[in-house]
Amino acid sequence: MADAPLHKPASKAWPEWLTGVILLAILAAVPLLAQTMGWGATVSFLTRIIILAIAAASLNLILGYGGLVSFGHAAFYGVGGYVVGILYHHYASDAPLLGLIPGASDMAITVPLAIVINALLAVVLGAISLRTTGVQFIMITLAFAQMLFFLFLSLKVYGGDDGLVVRRRNTLFGHDMRGDVIFYYFVLAIAAAWYAFCARLVNSRFGRVLAGVRQSERRLAAIGIATYRYKLAAYVIAAMGAGLAGALMANYARFVSPDMLHWIQSGDLMIMVILGGVGTLFGPAAGAFVLIALESVLAAWTEHWQLYLGPILVVIVLFWRGGLMGLLKKLTGGRIG
Amino acid sequence: MADPLLRVEGLQKRFGGVIATDNFTFDVRPGEIHALIGPNGAGKTTLISQLCGELAPDAGSVFLAGENITRLPAAQRIHRGLARTFQITQLLNEDTALDNVALAVQARSVHSFGMWRDARSDRALIDPARALLENAGLAARADVPVADLSHGERKQLELAIAFACEPRLLLLDEPMAGLGASESQTMIETLRGRKGEITMLLVEHDMDAVFALADRISVLVYGRLIATGTVAEIQANAQVREAYLGEGGA
Repeated sequence: MADAPLHKPASKAWPEWLTGVILLAILAAVPLLAQTMGWGATVSFLTRIIILAIAAASLNLILGYGGLVSFGHAAFYGVGGYVVGILYHHYASDAPLLGLIPGASDMAITVPLAIVINALLAVVLGAISLRTTGVQFIMITLAFAQMLFFLFLSLKVYGGDDGLVVRRRNTLFGHDMRGDVIFYYFVLAIAAAWYAFCARLVNSRFGRVLAGVRQSERRLAAIGIATYRYKLAAYVIAAMGAGLAGALMANYARFVSPDMLHWIQSGDLMIMVILGGVGTLFGPAAGAFVLIALESVLAAWTEHWQLYLGPILVVIVLFWRGGLMGLLKKLTGGRIG
Repeated sequence: MADPLLRVEGLQKRFGGVIATDNFTFDVRPGEIHALIGPNGAGKTTLISQLCGELAPDAGSVFLAGENITRLPAAQRIHRGLARTFQITQLLNEDTALDNVALAVQARSVHSFGMWRDARSDRALIDPARALLENAGLAARADVPVADLSHGERKQLELAIAFACEPRLLLLDEPMAGLGASESQTMIETLRGRKGEITMLLVEHDMDAVFALADRISVLVYGRLIATGTVAEIQANAQVREAYLGEGGA
């Protein structure tokens, strides 16, 4: 983390917003390209990566910028997915939840609800977890996530370990979103908004406090900043981002299962962040892309793909401090990254 | 005589069998520079930690301008006007000198939940921070990451950050430690420049600095206050000479 991004003011550096705009333009062109070139599964494949990039960016807010190593971030991702799954279940069966709350199958309802429920959950879990620091914090976030994992595993009403099938993708304000391309553009727009929000957040007054939390909480106390409420706010915002990603993933895969909350999923999100570059804006997106692409390439080549993936990740993390963004920064002489 | 700005009554702190602070009572008057001296292990840093709220005393009370702050959390004491510097600098090492001071300026406001506006282009933060760096002689080093600053510059930055908190009482934990002769002189001048305006409790081993700055001196030995007085009184005090000044000529 010594090579973190804040070293040099942006005078000669390539501005982040320009990277964002170029990236967005390329991604927006992909469906057209894919159609002309006949790349069948590209759009669907990229949709999945972009959704995971939203989740990884949310983890990066607390892990990368705040230095709070949460090992249970998948809990929020999974709960976001289950909100969509459960609402659809009640919508399809026409039996209100607890006899009161009707189901829903429109993203204008399900996605905001997933975000709000995650915020409430994160207030409770964060209020407790953030009383600890360091290894205790890692363990308590992991423990809470595993508790939720086993809760959904045992919920037979909602499929238990078989999970829940969302037979038909949610509509958006009544519009059909079943087409791959339209859903892709929807997910891309949400991701662009989320990354823009993150970019503003980390450079705001709140973001300066968050950077301080990572570097020295003792220093913050000595200038009169009680860090707890800022850490809690960051934790809640990160959970909301993960819930958003989970809700999109449930719509993408049209399936949710307890695996979404499993610690392996939390680990995957951490790998994306660390691989891409901790505490950098586009690191999580780069990490998500490279991890998923590597998985796919290796899995097509051999069934023992994990045997090869592990060492590749170790090499990247060991030799390119700052991950992929650190590498990019080195290659461009500090201009990008 | 004016009411004391800081009053400490019967402060007590034990670590197992060791009494680090032993029924310690003293006060700091408004406007003075009050030096706290004592041999290594006398409990000076433990005392500072209790005054600024990092460590809870076992017994006794701390009053700031008449208000009992014994149980007040550290961060809240800053807003009551009690700031401190660290013996071993505690800075945000990845951030620039300017970032460090600007955050302290920002911390004066009620909250820091602004999530949209760019803090680094906020004149309300940057202008006062630049002025503070200028006064600390660090104007040219404003955009340098703290990790690349020299030890002397970091000590000055610690002080600039403390001034940014606009304290009434400033606890200085060995501001001269590790400084060269000319850096010490600069530090003494900086502190003297704010004398009278900010009340200071100065914990220091450098006796030249203490004699140059202090109005009154308190001497701490094994957690106990053995004497308080003017520079001349302390220099003449036989008990102090035996316990401290005599030893190794300090």
